[in-house]
Amino acid sequence: MPALIDIRRRIRSVKNTQQITKAMKMVSAAKLRRAQEAMFAARPYARRMMQVLNSLASRATPEAHPLLVERPQQNVLLIVVTSDKGLCGGFNANITRAALRFLQDEQRVGQTVKLEVVGRKARDFFRKRVWELHAEHVGVFQPLKYETAKVLAKSAIDGFTAGRFDAVYLVFNEFKSVIAQRVAVERLLPVAREEFAPENPPVEHLYEPDAQAIFDEILPRHVEVQLWQALLESAAAEHGARMAAMDAATNNAGEMIDSLTLYMNKVRQAAITKEIIEVVSGASS
Amino acid sequence: MLPEKLLLEVVTPEGLLLREEVDTVRAPGALGYFGVLPGHRPFFSTLGLGEISYQIGKESGHLTCFWGFCEVLPDRVSILAEVGERAEDIDVERAEKQRHQAADRMKSIRDEQGFKEAQAAYMKAVTRLSVARKRRD
Repeated sequence: MPALIDIRRRIRSVKNTQQITKAMKMVSAAKLRRAQEAMFAARPYARRMMQVLNSLASRATPEAHPLLVERPQQNVLLIVVTSDKGLCGGFNANITRAALRFLQDEQRVGQTVKLEVVGRKARDFFRKRVWELHAEHVGVFQPLKYETAKVLAKSAIDGFTAGRFDAVYLVFNEFKSVIAQRVAVERLLPVAREEFAPENPPVEHLYEPDAQAIFDEILPRHVEVQLWQALLESAAAEHGARMAAMDAATNNAGEMIDSLTLYMNKVRQAAITKEIIEVVSGASS
Repeated sequence: MLPEKLLLEVVTPEGLLLREEVDTVRAPGALGYFGVLPGHRPFFSTLGLGEISYQIGKESGHLTCFWGFCEVLPDRVSILAEVGERAEDIDVERAEKQRHQAADRMKSIRDEQGFKEAQAAYMKAVTRLSVARKRRD
């Protein structure tokens, strides 16, 4: 039978842990709100951008711009977005698992895949497995800057136009709701043309300076905005996941304290009973 | 029948800046400023450095706009600005400091690229100051 004092010590330690997880949950809730606001604020821009692209591309051919051209996929770049910090449940494990599956699938059909990782967790994961990392971005979430999306977009676009990659994919956690995330795998380049539902009737626009120059500017921007949106979603999803994980941890700690307290009382009761029996039997003999 | 008003929408990656029914809009196109009245022919332009101004009746409003795109339809103007801010959000002191820094850089820099960047920074600061002065109090 364990000594009473040991159980007490255990309870105290679990209580401390519970306090920490509770605090982390609160912090995540506050951060989540901010991340969510940033995400919602960026949506109108992304939506407008999509509409403008639609109305442009419905009047253009796939050959109108190099970023629209589909090539047979030989070399693929995969951008993996995870968080820098852990303690957020399956958030990062889900992403790395999806990324690994993607890598294996692509290699089976004879394509070579290069990796570009965002977030410390993905970097550590793929480093351990000795994957060659094309590029890594660590510590970009505190705070999240548009610059990061720009850098990512530039490396993807440069690689694509130089012919080093025939396609660029993106894996990230999509923010479904505060407690739910979905692993999304999206193709970033070439810019998919099925997004462009033909608009009817197409109005003849005037272009300034000209349609080509506008394509040159808007397609890279579109890629940036998509990346930016993915980063924002991932950041919000991370805080949501951490909040859920810490809430569960707090509850578990509470249950543990309850059962330990019960156990402690039983042990104490047993000790008292034993003493009484000793006293009684001593008196009667 | 021509529309009587324009729906002006200005969005940046940081959020929606403005959404209002206006009478006229003036924006900094890549090839120079252009004005839009209701019923304008569909038009698409890239934007440079400058300010967006609009009028509602006798009232006028101003925003800064640094690069972006603008789509004009007969009854609406959608502006996607890369960077933009409302007059009331501008930090005058900071803009003033940036103007001085940029001016100094322009004097000391020799290479073409660096000069262009400094010049753009200068233009931005000057635009911010000029828009801030037209702030509606």
